[in-house]
This record gives sequence, structure tokens and C-alpha cells, in this order.
Amino acid sequence: MSHSAQRLGVVAESAPGETRVAATPATVPQLVSLGYEVVVESGAGRRSGFTDDAYARAGARIGDREETWSADAVLKVNAPAADEITALREGATLVSLIGPAANADLVDALARRPITVLAMDAVPRVSRAQALDVLSSMANIAGYRAVIEAAHAFGRLFTGQVTAAGKVPPAKVLVAGAGVAGLAAIATAASLGAIVRATDPRPEVAEQVRSLGAEFLDVGVAQESSADGYARQTSRDYDRRAAELYAEQAADVDIVITTALIPGRPAPRLLTSEHVARMRPGSVVVDMAAAQGGNVEGTRPGEAVVTENGVTIIGYTDLAGRLPAQASQLYGTNVVNLMKLLTPGEDGRLVLDFDDVVQRAMTVVRDGEKTWPPPPVPVSAAPAPTPVAADRGTAPSSAGRPPSPPGRRRHLVTAAVAAALFVLTAFSPNALIEHVTVFVLSIVIGYYVIGNVHHALHTPLMSITNAISGIIVVGALLQIGQGGTVVAVLSFVAILLASVNIVGGFAVTRRMLGMFTRS
Amino acid sequence: MTLATAAQAAYIVAALLFILSLAGLSKHETARSGVASGISGMVIALAATVVLAADGSGTLAVILLAAAMAIGGAIGLWRARIVEMTAMPELIAILHSFVGLAAVMVGWNGFLEVEVGGTRLPGSLLGIHHAEVSIGVFIGALTFTGSVVAFLKLSARIDAKPMMLPGKNALNLAALAAFAVLTVVFVASPNLGILVALTVVALLLGWHLVASIGGGDMPVVVSMLNSYSGWAAAASGFLLDNNLLIVTGALVGSSGAYLSYVMCQAMNRSFISVIAGGFGIEAGPAGDRDYGEHREITAVDTAGLLKEAKSVVITPGYGMAVAQAQYPVAELTRRLRERGVEVRFGIHPVAGRLPGHMNVLLAEAKVPYDIVLEMDEINDDFATTSVVLVIGANDTVNPAAVEDPDSPIAGMPVLRVWEADNVVVFKRSMATGYAGVQNPLFFRHNTSMLFGDARQRVEEIVAAL
Repeated sequence: MSHSAQRLGVVAESAPGETRVAATPATVPQLVSLGYEVVVESGAGRRSGFTDDAYARAGARIGDREETWSADAVLKVNAPAADEITALREGATLVSLIGPAANADLVDALARRPITVLAMDAVPRVSRAQALDVLSSMANIAGYRAVIEAAHAFGRLFTGQVTAAGKVPPAKVLVAGAGVAGLAAIATAASLGAIVRATDPRPEVAEQVRSLGAEFLDVGVAQESSADGYARQTSRDYDRRAAELYAEQAADVDIVITTALIPGRPAPRLLTSEHVARMRPGSVVVDMAAAQGGNVEGTRPGEAVVTENGVTIIGYTDLAGRLPAQASQLYGTNVVNLMKLLTPGEDGRLVLDFDDVVQRAMTVVRDGEKTWPPPPVPVSAAPAPTPVAADRGTAPSSAGRPPSPPGRRRHLVTAAVAAALFVLTAFSPNALIEHVTVFVLSIVIGYYVIGNVHHALHTPLMSITNAISGIIVVGALLQIGQGGTVVAVLSFVAILLASVNIVGGFAVTRRMLGMFTRS
Repeated sequence: MTLATAAQAAYIVAALLFILSLAGLSKHETARSGVASGISGMVIALAATVVLAADGSGTLAVILLAAAMAIGGAIGLWRARIVEMTAMPELIAILHSFVGLAAVMVGWNGFLEVEVGGTRLPGSLLGIHHAEVSIGVFIGALTFTGSVVAFLKLSARIDAKPMMLPGKNALNLAALAAFAVLTVVFVASPNLGILVALTVVALLLGWHLVASIGGGDMPVVVSMLNSYSGWAAAASGFLLDNNLLIVTGALVGSSGAYLSYVMCQAMNRSFISVIAGGFGIEAGPAGDRDYGEHREITAVDTAGLLKEAKSVVITPGYGMAVAQAQYPVAELTRRLRERGVEVRFGIHPVAGRLPGHMNVLLAEAKVPYDIVLEMDEINDDFATTSVVLVIGANDTVNPAAVEDPDSPIAGMPVLRVWEADNVVVFKRSMATGYAGVQNPLFFRHNTSMLFGDARQRVEEIVAAL
């Protein structure tokens, strides 16, 4: 089967303020290794700090706009504008963010062309697809940047200090929503030294929040666990209690970062203008949901506004794009991972497999036919009987046995062993009890002494335990003169064997240890 | 102070020195002083015992025991001097068998002394004494034949494949039941015939247990036998009213058990499933799946890859030991490090046939231990590694363990070598690994196969550098 390699076009972004690019000099060689010819539009990486030269060195060809848009597959960050849709050639494949749930018109417009469209923001939440999940990778960067923006606008230190010039209290940060962005914000704020608190309607994330050193504020109203890994609409009861919590917290904290999004709906309103009014002057609110309508009353998308009482509300919608080099690199890697999936032969031919749930879910248009919405996908992030971490930061594995027996069973085993030991000992004569005591305590000592042995020393450890288990010679030594000929002969052999063990074990251990050297 | 109390005091000191010895062995820095404590403990214990024994028996006995110790010591020293590091698993296995056999003899002596020799014990203690004899002999005999089979398998004197008797689990359970019955009968009416029967049952059980476990599970088996040899010593301690034996036996027993646990964790398997044996047989691998084509590479091209590399990780397996490739590998490491290439080793916990086997082989070839890392220490670094050399490892680098939930080794922690830019697999042929599972790693686009004897190929690479 002979064929020429297909061409991938990496186009320059046209959306105002967009700094990212869909491939970087680090990801181009990976695309090339899949068998593709890669054409990068001149200047595509400029705002991410990647020069045309760097792309050329990485193995891409630099082309003009027309050439890149007429490629077999176009790689892009933002959804295409109307004129860009017409620039795609027939049969082409477009890979970009689409937002199919919110942009029905766009999907219809795309479906009017004989093209195939894959939405990078429609990756299903199965563990296999984590490597191509743009929402996660971008949210992670945006969460970090949100804290940096807040720190910039906040006129004080994050960390508490006691200095000769007086005491500086640490900043208090409230993060609403502990998804990927929220967790990134929590980690960043905590590492800057702030006191961090977080809320989330999904009770299963509390553990993750605490693992990052933050306090989890429980709203205290039962909210069912998330079935698809995403937060869902909250109950009315929950909302009322949450509003009280936010009112309390607003008066106390210095910085609020809101990250609450519900797929396919406008962002929920978390902070009202009354809440904001209760905040101290100089406080900062970062509304990461500004593009979806905002979690905070008074947010203006893309802007930072200062309220009457001196609270800054930051509604930037390009938080990830404010770290363009990294954002492009992660986006580019997500794209590479998608292309790996789409190029099973590694022969530069893109093959769309509709039996693969990941590819099916991401495909919005196939050959001019609208394929959105896809059939529902059962996701592995759903917490089944036990509350498993629902965030995609952890890789839920469907394989393998449960890591350890549940606590209750372990308690039962412990209790059974203790009871058996009790019965055994209670019915023994005194002489035996003394031995059992020594025996049991020695087992425990052995366990703790060995528990932290370095992996490289496993073999020397075994040879030395070999040597010291030769101590059984003591038994034979004491027996040799105590009985008849048979006893003497048996003891003789036993002493001989055990002596081989003792001397051999110690000698070989010394020899092995002598070989270990540092560099 | 009598001779007896002095001996007891010496035993306590010796027991503490043994604990210090094991504790010392947990770190490189203290390992040598750990050996020194172990030796001092042993000298103190032996001196005390010899004095005690000489005090109570005739000259002939003293001459006999001195002769036995001298002969045994000489044999031990001789074997320890000449043993090849690749043959460490065999040596350790055979040493375990000695402890087991010694425990059987001590048990038999205990019986002969009391029953035939006529030492008198009060009624309740007599029953306990008989139970102790039977337990001690049982564990000792089990350890003995188990270790002998392990030794034979490890030194390739018998086939390493698991022996699959029909109803093997039932056989094991039947042996245990027979042991329980025989013990009860023995306690009620002790006689030589029952003790012989009990010993035979234990010998057969030990043989069968280890024979039905395959070669790849050997790290677990060897550490398990290590544990058994400790329990055998402890059982003898109960029999002889000797706390030093109890303490030492329990220390060795629990440390061996802990090592077995670590090894089982590394294979994501339960202890029971290892004992039940037959891994990879019932989980018939799906051989009809199409994995695509593998690519071959020459030694010269591999050398070229290594020259260009920034960082190299070498993941050795049992195949390196078989091919005796550790010296050329060490030489390769030196050459690359001189060129400024970062070279590290990634060791899977069950690589080789003995816990820590690879570490010892590499140390023998003078690879500095601080570049030899454990799986967890290196797994996240593969993504930034230029070249991975997989030398004689297979199942421990199999991506199916992570990616294919239906694979027989699914869920087993593995070295994620496939995340590196290039992987070169040294292998004799395309045969499957020990688990009988095909390895998709060989068919990845970033993997190349270098067929042939690992030692020869590595030497060719060194020459090409």
C-alpha cells in the first residue's frame, strides 16, 4: 500500500488576545514521528515565544496562511471564524476547541462543510483519555495564574511573617470549587504561604483539598456524589446554606477565587454584590468562570473592576493564555496524544475509529454530517461503592485488586489473632508463657527493624538472616553430649550444617557489602 | 553467678546484637557495622554455648563439636569465597535447606533424649514437649525440601516450570490436615513410627509447595523460605527452652515474611496466589492478537543512539544475570558517564530471582549504588529520558500491566520505560516472558529490538563507542 504522508497545518490564531498555538517546537517532532508532514503558518508561535526558525529546526515547514489552512488536517486552539471555516479544504479534518454544547450555531456552520471536526474540549472523562484532555491541562494553568493575578492586585504579602518591623498576618484565600483549576489555585496559594480554604458541593473532593494543605469547608447539606466526575446543579437547600457560608467567609478572607462551572449551563452565581460589599477594601476576587457568565455578581468578562468599597474583581477570560509558552506546550501535547490515537499505523494517515468512545465523543462533525451530541460514555471517574477521587488529577485504574482489605475486616483479623493468642497462652503452663511472650515481641521487633530496609540491601539482608538463623547450632551443641550415639551423630551433622550457614552467611554478606560503592 | 545464668546473660547480649545487626543492614552506611554486630553476637552466643556444653559432657563430645564446627565453617568460608554473584539465589536457597535440616535433627534429638534417653518431664510439660517436637520437625522438614527444590530450580538442575499436579491445593490442605492429626496422635502416644510419618509428610509438602511455583516467583519463594528457616529455629527454641533461639528465629521469620510481602506487592499478587502457584498457566494469553511489526536495531546503531542521548536508563532483569552481562554493562555505564551522559539504573522489585539480586550484580561490577534506583524513584523520569536499555527484562516493563485490564499481569506495577524517547530491548528471541504474556512494548514505534546474547551485544556497543 503506497501513499504520501498527510499534511498537518498549524495555523496562527486569529481571535483577539489569543496567545497560544496548537503545536510547539517540542511537539512538532512527535507529530513528524507519526509520519505526518507538518506545516506551520509563519508567525503562528510568535506570541508564545516560538520563532519560525525554532519550528523549522524541529522539522516543520513554514508556510503561508493559505497553505496551512488547506492542509489535510488543521490544528488550532480557538474555534474557527466564519471565513476560516470556508478556508478549509474539502475532506479536511479540523482539531480545535469548539465548545459544542454552548455553540450550536457554530456546530451547524461547521456541518455545512464536507469536513470532519474534532473538539478538543469534548474529551470524555475516561482514564485512557486523560492525556488528551485540554480542559484539564488548561484549567491547571489557569488556576495557577488566577492566584498570581490575585497576588498582583492584592496589596499585601501572602505569607505571614514576624519581622523586626512588626508582624505580617498571612493572607486568607477562599477557593470555591475544587476541580482541576481550583486544586491548582489551592496548591499555588498554599505554596505562597496563604491560609487556604475551599468549598465544593462534591463531598468526595474533601480529601484532595486537605492533601494540598487547605481546609475543606463543608456546606453540611448532603449532595449526591458526582456520577460523571463533574459538579452538577446543586439543590436549593444546599444553595441557601452555601450562601450563608459565603457571606461568613467574604467578611473574613482577603482573596476569593471562584471556579464553579457546570457543563452545558451558565456558571452558577456564588457571590452576590452583598457578599462582595462585605469584603474588606483591598480584597481581591478572581472569577474564573467570567466567560460563562461569572460566579460573582459584578464581574465583567476580560476586565478587572474595582467596586465602591475597594474590592478588585478580576474577570480575565484568558488566564491560561497569560502563560502562553506553557499553555501552548500542554495544548500541543494534548494534540499529539490525540494524533497518536488517530494514527494507529504511525504512517501519517489519519483514521477515525467510531468504535472508540474517545474518538466518537470528540467528533462533532464527520464528513459534513453533524454527530453531536455523542451517546453517553460511562466514565471511570465516577465514584462507585467507595468514594474514589473524582478529580482527573488522579488516574483511576479499573484493573487490579483493591489496595487493602477494608478497615473493618482488618480489625476482625486483628481481633481473631489476639483472641487465639489469648486462648493459647491462657491454657499454657508458665514455662511456655514466658517463651510465647519472647516470641511474640521478637516478631514485632523483627517487623519494625526490617520495615525500612533499603531495596538494594535485600540480598545482603537475606544472607545475614541466613547466617544468624544458623544459631540453631546452639540447640545441637547442647544436645551432642546428652544422649546416645544416634543423638551424637545427628547433632554432629546438625552442627556441621549450621556452621556452614553461620560462616558462609557472614562471609558472603561481607563480600557483597564490600562491592557496594558510591560514585 | 552460675555457668547457666552467665550463659543466659550472654544470650540476651547476643539477641540484642542480632537486632542491631538487622537494623544496621537497612542502610548502606551502617550495613558493615551491622555485619560486625551480627558476628560479635554469634561469637558470644557460641562461646557461651560451647562452655555450657563442655561443662556437661565428655571430652569426646567436645572434640566432636569442635570438629563439626571446624568442618562446617571451612565449607561455608570456601563456598562464600567462590560463589558467583549470579549464583547468589542458589547459595541462599541451599543455606536455608541446611537450617531446615538442622531443625529436623534437633527435633529428632529432642524426641530421642526424652523418650529413649529417659529424661523425665512432668505430665503437662511432656505433652507440650511432644507438640513442640512435632511442630519443629514439621517446619524444618518443610523448609529443607522446599529449599532443595528452590536450589535445584534456581541452578537449572530441574525445570523451572511449575509442576501442575491435579488438585494441588487439595493435596497441600490434605498434608496440613495429616500433620494436625499426626501431631495429636504423637502427643497422645509418642512413638518413632509417627514421627517418621510426620517427617515424610512435611518433606513431601515442602517439595510440592515449591515445585508448583514457577521460576519468576522465585524472589517470593526464596524470601518465604528465609522466613520458614526462621520459624524452624524458633520452634527449636521452644523445644529446647532456649530464648535466644526463639528471639533469633522470630526475627528472621518476621523479616523473611516482610520481604515476601514486599515482593508480592511488587507483583500485585496475594501471598496465597503465589503459594497456590501456576502463575500464567490458567490465564491463557490471547495469542491471536495482532500487535503489529517489531523493528530491529544493530549494536552500532544503538551506540549511535547512546552517543546522542542526554540521559540513559538501564532496566536489567534476570536475563542480564543469565548472560553474565553485568560487567560489560558497567563498562558501558562508565564510558557513557565519561561522555557526560546521565546514566541511571531502574530496578523492579522482583527483577532477578532473589530480592535485591540486580543490585548485588551491579555492585559486583562496580556500578555506584547511588545511580541504581528503585522503581518508584525512577518511574516519573522516563518521560524525560532519551534512551532506555531493557536488558533481559520482560514482564517488569510490560505496558499491558497498565493498559490492558484483561491482561494476566494487569495491575502489576511496572517500569514505564515506554514513555522514553527510545527504548532498546536486548532479547534472545521474540519468545514471551515468564508470565507467558506477550509484551506490546516490543511493537511500539519507539522500541527497537536488539537480538542476541546480551553480553556480546553490550560488548559490541562498548566497542562501537
